[in-house]
Amino acid sequence: MQTKRTIFPNKLLPYALLAPQLIITIIFFLWPAAQAVKSSFEREDPFGFRTTFIWFQNYTRLFNDPGYLNAAGRTAVFAVGVTLLSMGVSLLLAICVNRLLRSGRLYTTLLVWPYAVAPVVAGILWWFMFNPTIGIVPYLLDAFGYRWNHRVNGNDAMILVIIAASWKQISYNFLFFVAGLQSVPKSLVEAAAMDGAGPFKRFWTIVFPLLSPTTFFLLIVNINYAMFDTFGIIDGTTGGGPAGATNTLVYKVYADGFLGLNIGSSSAQSVLLMLIVIVLTVVQFRWVERRVQY
Amino acid sequence: MATINLVDLQKSYGGNVLAVKGVNLSVADGELIVLVGPSGCGKSTLLRMVAGLESVTSGRIEINGRDVAKAEPAERDIAMVFQNYALYPHMTVRGNLEYGLKNRGTPRAEIDRRVKEAAEILEIGPMLDRKPRELSGGQRQRVAMGRAIVREPSAFLFDEPLSNLDAKLRVQMRVEIRKLQRRLKTTSLYVTHDQLEAMTLADRLVVMNGGLVEQIGTPTEVYDRPATLFVASFIGSPPMNLIPVDVMAQAEGFSALPLPPDTDIIGMRADQLVIEPPQGESIVLHGQVELLEPIGSESHLHVSLAGQTLVLRVPGRPDLADGATIKLYAPPSAMHPFNRATGRRTDSPPQA
Repeated sequence: MQTKRTIFPNKLLPYALLAPQLIITIIFFLWPAAQAVKSSFEREDPFGFRTTFIWFQNYTRLFNDPGYLNAAGRTAVFAVGVTLLSMGVSLLLAICVNRLLRSGRLYTTLLVWPYAVAPVVAGILWWFMFNPTIGIVPYLLDAFGYRWNHRVNGNDAMILVIIAASWKQISYNFLFFVAGLQSVPKSLVEAAAMDGAGPFKRFWTIVFPLLSPTTFFLLIVNINYAMFDTFGIIDGTTGGGPAGATNTLVYKVYADGFLGLNIGSSSAQSVLLMLIVIVLTVVQFRWVERRVQY
Repeated sequence: MATINLVDLQKSYGGNVLAVKGVNLSVADGELIVLVGPSGCGKSTLLRMVAGLESVTSGRIEINGRDVAKAEPAERDIAMVFQNYALYPHMTVRGNLEYGLKNRGTPRAEIDRRVKEAAEILEIGPMLDRKPRELSGGQRQRVAMGRAIVREPSAFLFDEPLSNLDAKLRVQMRVEIRKLQRRLKTTSLYVTHDQLEAMTLADRLVVMNGGLVEQIGTPTEVYDRPATLFVASFIGSPPMNLIPVDVMAQAEGFSALPLPPDTDIIGMRADQLVIEPPQGESIVLHGQVELLEPIGSESHLHVSLAGQTLVLRVPGRPDLADGATIKLYAPPSAMHPFNRATGRRTDSPPQA
């Protein structure tokens, strides 16, 4: 069938139609990024009268700063924790829902809700539940003889932010895993059952390998999420504390730049983060787009 | 090596939808039984119940005398060839063949021996290290059969294994399956909706319709003496002509024939009605030529007879004009008497 084509001779029209998106991208993405790159090479005096161009000093300082290296380590722990926990739990939930015939859709709908909760709200929610003074979880843990206090104990704080951040991401992973599981042909599982594989063996030798494209995609997305998209949750629960125990790279950009007003260092940090995002995106496009081959 | 006994096997979905309404069947050791019927007749459900992939609502499935109706698929010692082959896409051909043996803890040397043997039988030796996606349809089909063979199970189940192949390959694989089954002498249940496949493969046919068995018998028995109207119209191509007795009454010599009581439909095969006067006794019908379909060495002749259309298979390409009145001859032995209400033959006791 031939589609009817209408030709608008006006040469400016396409630009006019693209303009809103382009303007938003330039003002809110490209220009700030350029500003960040520029100010990462500068130092501002305490009163904001003068800026000096200092080449890579901000960067070299960062790599010699134990606080920054500590934050990088914390970020790694946090990212691995969030990725494993949220993917593990959502895979488990997806398997359960996939076994249901009738009520599966209802559970799917309910399980997607957390994704709609704003990060800070989610953070506050968990902050309440884990609040050492009034929270329900420390109360219950106390019964087992564990004194929960994420305001003092760095490990407690890390566990809290990992749980809070994972909880929000479970919905997203869950949807992808459910779709992935449904695309594994049922006859393969049946064939494996006839080949003498029990339910666990069937899962690990047939279903899980066939799910690998989904798993790999989610792995990248989750690392991305944990590293760059969890500022709100950390700010709502621990505020990076205690003593920098939950101070991830993204949170440190905010803390140094907006609280510490060290714009140069903060900019250098965000440029480094930008590089990490670029690398992850390249990995995603190179490998995920091509799909994991089996 | 096994016998399979199905005793009053039933399957219902959601309590009231009966998919299989009580099937009795006993399969002798080494026999190839073909379950044939239209879509939704319950043949695949029946097979999947034997496989253990569908639960049994009531009745028994006995393999070698042991009731396995509640057993897991793995405990039944049977192998299945699926319609879409169900090869594990992330494993090589060798991996696919070995999977079932590894799960059962077969020793390495034994696995290698069996895989080698199956690869030789099916001529898939050069493909052992390829992935299923690198194989053609026919090759995948062989691997799927290989996966069943290496297990050396007591029975094979085939679920429409040839329906994804093109026509030419289908004929070739059909012959191969038959040869293979003869050679291995493994008891087999084979499901298909293709009656040609059913006729050529089966030791015995089970014709199913609406969750019930219509007839069990050898292909020739089923073709020569269909037990019900359904079987008469389902087996044979073109299907058997079914003519009401009052239309037949106009034929010369028909009223003199002794008919069993309650007969109100006469069935006649397309190749048993002829347009040349045969030797011996025959009845004569008068009809108008409607259409002549030449199909190579023979033609399908559509003849209208009192508002009914009969299809004849005639040799060659007879020179007949549309609308011409012709005589049709049929020997009395060609007539299959049926009763419309019961749907059964009237000249034999009802069969199970």
